[in-house]
Amino acid sequence: MAEKLMKYSEAVKKFDPVIGLETHVELSTNTKLFCPAPISFGAEPNTELTPVSLGLPGSLPVVNAAAVDYAIKLGLALHCQINEWSQFARKNYFYPDMPRDYQISQYDKPTNGEGYLDVELEDGTVFRVPIERAHIEDDAGKNTHVGGADGRIEGADHSLVDYNRAGVPLIEIVTKPIEGAGDRAPEIAGAYMRAIRDIVRALNISHARMEQGNMRADVNVSLRRDPSDPFGTRSETKNVNSFRGIERTIQYEIRRQAAILEDGGEILQETRHWDEASQSTAGGRVKSDADDYRYFPDPDLVMLHITPEHVEEIRKVMPEMPRERRNRLKGEWKFSDTEMRDVINADALDLIEETVKLGATPSGAKKWWLGELSREANAKGVSLEELPIDAQAVADVERLIADGKLNDKLAKQTVSLVLAGEGSPAEIVEKHGFKVVSDDGALQAAVQEALDANPDVVEKLKGGNMKPMGAIIGAVMRATKGQADAKAVTKIVLEKIKG
Amino acid sequence: MHLGDLARIALTDEEITRMQSELNVIAESINSVQEVATDDVPPTANPVPLEAYLRPDVPVKPLDQSEVLAAAPATEDGMFVAPQILGEE
Amino acid sequence: MTDQNELVKLSATEMAAKLRAKEISSRDLVAAELDVIDAAEPSIKAFLKVAGEAALEQADAFDDLSDDEKAELPELAGVPIAIKDMIVTKGIETTAASRILEGWVPPYDATVIEKLKAAHMPILGKTNLDEFAQGSSTEHSAFQRTSNPWDVERVPGGSGGGSAAAVGAFEAPLALGTDTGGSIRQPGALTGTVGVKPTYGGVSRFGAIAMASSLDQIGPVSRTVLDSALLQEIIGGHDRRDSTSIPEGPRPMVAAARDGLNNRDLKGMKVGLVKELNGDGFQPGVEARFHEAVKKLEAMGAEVVEVSCPHFKYALGAYYIIMPSEVSSNLARYDGMRYGLRVMPPEDVPQTAANMMAYTREAGFGDEVKRRIILGTYALSAGYYDAWYGSAQKVRTLIIDDFRKAFEQADVLVSPTSPSTAFKFGEKMDDPLAMYMNDIATIPANLAGVPAMSIPAGLSDDGLPVGFQFIAPQQRDEVMYKPAAALEAALEEDWNGPIWRSLRTPWLDGLNK
Repeated sequence: MAEKLMKYSEAVKKFDPVIGLETHVELSTNTKLFCPAPISFGAEPNTELTPVSLGLPGSLPVVNAAAVDYAIKLGLALHCQINEWSQFARKNYFYPDMPRDYQISQYDKPTNGEGYLDVELEDGTVFRVPIERAHIEDDAGKNTHVGGADGRIEGADHSLVDYNRAGVPLIEIVTKPIEGAGDRAPEIAGAYMRAIRDIVRALNISHARMEQGNMRADVNVSLRRDPSDPFGTRSETKNVNSFRGIERTIQYEIRRQAAILEDGGEILQETRHWDEASQSTAGGRVKSDADDYRYFPDPDLVMLHITPEHVEEIRKVMPEMPRERRNRLKGEWKFSDTEMRDVINADALDLIEETVKLGATPSGAKKWWLGELSREANAKGVSLEELPIDAQAVADVERLIADGKLNDKLAKQTVSLVLAGEGSPAEIVEKHGFKVVSDDGALQAAVQEALDANPDVVEKLKGGNMKPMGAIIGAVMRATKGQADAKAVTKIVLEKIKG
Repeated sequence: MHLGDLARIALTDEEITRMQSELNVIAESINSVQEVATDDVPPTANPVPLEAYLRPDVPVKPLDQSEVLAAAPATEDGMFVAPQILGEE
Repeated sequence: MTDQNELVKLSATEMAAKLRAKEISSRDLVAAELDVIDAAEPSIKAFLKVAGEAALEQADAFDDLSDDEKAELPELAGVPIAIKDMIVTKGIETTAASRILEGWVPPYDATVIEKLKAAHMPILGKTNLDEFAQGSSTEHSAFQRTSNPWDVERVPGGSGGGSAAAVGAFEAPLALGTDTGGSIRQPGALTGTVGVKPTYGGVSRFGAIAMASSLDQIGPVSRTVLDSALLQEIIGGHDRRDSTSIPEGPRPMVAAARDGLNNRDLKGMKVGLVKELNGDGFQPGVEARFHEAVKKLEAMGAEVVEVSCPHFKYALGAYYIIMPSEVSSNLARYDGMRYGLRVMPPEDVPQTAANMMAYTREAGFGDEVKRRIILGTYALSAGYYDAWYGSAQKVRTLIIDDFRKAFEQADVLVSPTSPSTAFKFGEKMDDPLAMYMNDIATIPANLAGVPAMSIPAGLSDDGLPVGFQFIAPQQRDEVMYKPAAALEAALEEDWNGPIWRSLRTPWLDGLNK
């Protein structure tokens, strides 16, 4: 059923959107939050369980020290109040993928209290997102739905449960209601999620791969007529797992709610979900008594004590935060604001940094990663990291160019062959016999031949019109099978014209 | 009875009637706790005051899949079988 | 060769002495107990599962050890023991006396079971209890009714009626129980045995099926105070798999018990009579035995003072909020997904996972368990939490404070363990509140996490055993062992032997071969 939507531009003119994000970040610890079961990606189903993570009778939880330290790191990065005493509580509800039928989370005493995160938007504006809390909790298992279409829950006749993920530590970062975003609400949410992703990667506390479910967000949206009005009723769209999905969810919800409110309707307080295929959110469950989670302090666990000294120890070894790092690299590389933004948007910062570390010039590294390689990645629908080429190969190609062993054309061919899996740049150059013809005699002859064949061009060049130079270079390239150095060709042509 | 739903027990009507009267009696007798539970009294969650021991992040050998599934009412392809699940949390 | 009936009537300490003197083997002990189990079970029904062959193998493993190896082991090595079926045993079916767990064979051992195995104590089997330890008569077991060895028409108390009856009927010299509101001590009182609830956190709960996590504690069941002390030192101590486990090691309980037994000198010890835990509501025969025992303590030099714990009258209320709240959450995992029972809904009901869980739990849990789950769900639900759970936690603080003040005036506190002697089957089954009153004197210790024990104080006018309760300060379990052992010795002197000399044991007749 198609829902009535208001035009976005009209909706944000008539209403003030307030958004909230609850971001789940799966931590990359070796073991689970409450037991020493190993964690890996893609293990056989139900092979990463101890009696604790399987919820066997008699088993008891014991807190993983690394998970607590990871939470403190994230708390520091988000400028949170790190609470000296925090407590785990049980969130009680029944679901087949929950081995104990309660989740162990933190309720009124979270490890990380209030904080904030400054996020930079595309045009360089900085927006401060207020953080309510960042608490520690454990994940549930995974259901696979059988018998329905496309493994979806609708129409499935039964489900298969793999509890491997049960007990994997999560941090849930809860923002306060984000006000004042106006028509930029979707953009701010997207920038915030990317900033969180960059931070947890910099901290090395999560793999932060959205497509693998390492990060997912519940998106709250409500509208009000005027910023001075109280908050409107909100919808909560659960488990959105792509940056674009989050932006579009917010856009869609603003349009949907605006249409309802404009018609004098009421917004239901409900959970919805984002449907990637139809690019819309669909209604789920209306909030009900079933949401009475009956939180109480987990009597199997005792108070978590984080001393200020311990927090200081962690603060001392905190890595540079992504925003500071970006500013530093921008200076070091002498990139303009626009150039830097292009790098960030292309998700190429790490790759360029590594390529530069391996000896390439910043502009050289940028040229490859934002040019050829971005096009290749887009065409294949993969990330730059997933391309079969790494920083070392790009740096090698750059060095070969600098050493005059490859020209632009050959370099491009070399890169294509690396992408085709033919080996390292050095191996490819060797195998295909690539070399730049700089032997003066051969080049002189080829240039002369090209000039002789194009007298009209020679005339123009002599007259100071340099435009047709390309035609000569092209002819020389063809004659030398692409091995000529374009700069050397130009030089010889100019000498010959003058001479 | 809504409590039966929350507790996931398909109580019979007879049970609900009986339990309501029993629970009322019990509830009345335990309401007295509110008499002394004044604001100035801190709550106690755990009788012996302890700080959490934090376990090193070192994996142990997990249970074999066969041990994990040994007591399962129904399994398929190394997984537990759940009847139809309605509504995703 | 010792007469078999005499052998099984020995205390665990005496059995251990005979093992060390090589008068008997561990296999002799296990075989003798298995014979008694065979003979007694038709009338007593203390065991849900007897693990005879495994116990004999464990006995042989002990018997095969060298003298040097045996010397390294605890004193009770080679002595068999029975385990309440609330404690997880690898390879032995563990049910918590519930249909919902019927047939479950755990893939792991509780910490206490690992310790017993390391001490080479053969495990005879699993004993009956009220379903998920919820009850005070063992009548709420889904499988069978356990009889009191003193009168097979009466209950053995609960929830640990199976362990107490097994030890009382000489089917085992020792057993383990779990005590959440009196489940070790009250059956001890009703069967004339010794039962100890250690300090909360003194014995690891890892592998004890959770009833109410902040109250549950595993403890010894025996026929003598010294046997319990020896057993508690074996099972106690820090366990990193239990976050509520106390980091310090077990207290010197055996030394305290031996001191009490050998010297019977209580000079300088102040014994606090808890005003709120006797008098009204306690049977006259129970009161009489209790006060006679207090006189004995005085005669051995103890100074008796009366102490008041004004908030104890709120203990039952707080207990019946906290306990069911934790029960409702701890028992959520029995949902028909991973182990135990699964019941699909009737045909006219949608065959969904949620309905499967609801029908499984309806069929798998008994009345009392359901009652407590519903009560706990109510107490934790939105809008009631502060008034109920929040208030109960505050009462807990007040009770801890009462104990603190009482222990400023006395070294150890005393009371009758249970208001009455063993009652008849069915007598209190229809009146939950009357059943709950059984635990009025035992509950405060659970709420405060302090150690407490029950020892036999004699027989009431009805010829049934009466229990005498000692309560000590947190993490000072040894403090109660000394007066308990001294009192036991003084009373046995009066009785010309242990209390069970008055017990008729028809199941032992004709056992001697």
